[in-house]
Amino acid sequence: MNPTLPTAPILSEAAFALCLALLLVAPLAIAGVALINTGLGRCRSAAQAMLGNLVLLAVAVISFALIGATWVGSTGAAGHSFQFAGRPWEWLGAGPLLLGSLGAAGPQSQLALLFEMLAVALAAFIPWGSGADRLRLSAGCAIAALLAATVFPLLAHWVWAGGWLSQLGVNFSLGAGFLDGGGAATVHILGGLSALAVVWITGPRKGKFPKEGLSTALPGHNAIYVLFGCLLALVGWLAWNLAGALLWLHAPLGSLPVTAVNTLLSAAGSVTATFAVTRFRFGKPDASLCANGWLAGLVSSSACAGLVTPGESLFVGCVAGILTPLLVELLELALSIDDPSGAITVHAVGGLWGLLAAGIFAPMTGQFVAQLIGIATLLGLILPLVYLLFWLLNRVVAFRVDSDGERIGMDLHELGGGAYPEFVIHRDESYR
Amino acid sequence: MKYAGLLVMPAGFFLSLYALVLFSAPAPRTAFVLCGLAVECLGLVVAVRGHMEARGENRI
Repeated sequence: MNPTLPTAPILSEAAFALCLALLLVAPLAIAGVALINTGLGRCRSAAQAMLGNLVLLAVAVISFALIGATWVGSTGAAGHSFQFAGRPWEWLGAGPLLLGSLGAAGPQSQLALLFEMLAVALAAFIPWGSGADRLRLSAGCAIAALLAATVFPLLAHWVWAGGWLSQLGVNFSLGAGFLDGGGAATVHILGGLSALAVVWITGPRKGKFPKEGLSTALPGHNAIYVLFGCLLALVGWLAWNLAGALLWLHAPLGSLPVTAVNTLLSAAGSVTATFAVTRFRFGKPDASLCANGWLAGLVSSSACAGLVTPGESLFVGCVAGILTPLLVELLELALSIDDPSGAITVHAVGGLWGLLAAGIFAPMTGQFVAQLIGIATLLGLILPLVYLLFWLLNRVVAFRVDSDGERIGMDLHELGGGAYPEFVIHRDESYR
Repeated sequence: MKYAGLLVMPAGFFLSLYALVLFSAPAPRTAFVLCGLAVECLGLVVAVRGHMEARGENRI
């Protein structure tokens, strides 16, 4: 037990019951992201994408329960720390192995663990969407297991469980320390940066960037999945942000309606802005980019919904909605990054913008610098770490399917049957 | 080039972190943290350019 660390305030019975109910609804966000990932991929990989979502969830949760949860620990509990410049730097939790004492743990610790389990599942989904149509199922599982066992616990401890980022306020008078109520850093930015690493390592889909001319458009196969996924995600996100506000920001029950309004306003502002930008740029609104804009607004709200006013939340959403289509275009056309689900823009950039906005608008003195330190940690430490781990993992479990598998589609190659067996799959015009 | 960029990024992180220890006044601390972030962005740009060059050579 580290005596210098404060313990988290105890939840009231009403807050505990509400938080538990919210966490039971939160998986709808995961279902929404799964539908979006599948819809934005190609029809010949749809079954593999959806099965991957299920299996990745299972692998991530098991890996987290077996290994990761030990390293997350909880606020005020034992952890690994060192002294530097006269201050403690807690860098790793030291919980019981294999969830050994979960039954005897306090109710708040049990809720925190449930939140973290859902969070790790969502974080593992994000790179899966970016590797659509060429990332092997076994590689997706290995990525999920690695994230859940190593990087996610490290980050979750730093941000949520009394680690050094959360103690920036106590140790350096930086506001309330790094704040991330809805998992913008631990889930979305981690997932988005992992998606960038996956895309860098696997490379683009065959035919995406031909030797001559612009990149080939490979549109998602089902806009209805994508847009319905957005609506489903809203329900889950509302639950997620409210539960996070109770657990990690220690918000009073009376402030929760504002957090919910902020979440909704951020998503609404974002999709409206994306709708306007795509309408202006292309002459017609783009459904998949609008879906990305909606999600980017939700991701931004994860970082700041519990800390800002409704007007500020609308502004944050609008900026996220303007950035999203422009960055998706920039990544594809200028930077040769093939990201079918737009996860790098939506989750990484949307989350980073949300964290920055939380620092700008939060009323606490020094909060801006605390948020900047969090952003610096994610970009400067987590991205290289994730890339290194994935690069090594790729040597053991090859990420990319062979060219024959890519030609016939991931469904036939990996599962032996397609998602839509009664439909005629059109010849792929992108192969030249 | 991609790896060089990825190596520069942790340098920016440690620069940002060191600002907390070096400075107690808010203004220089913020400026130093922003410098660290700028170094990270520089590393990211180099890594992305390295990726683009590699992609340009492997286009099919």
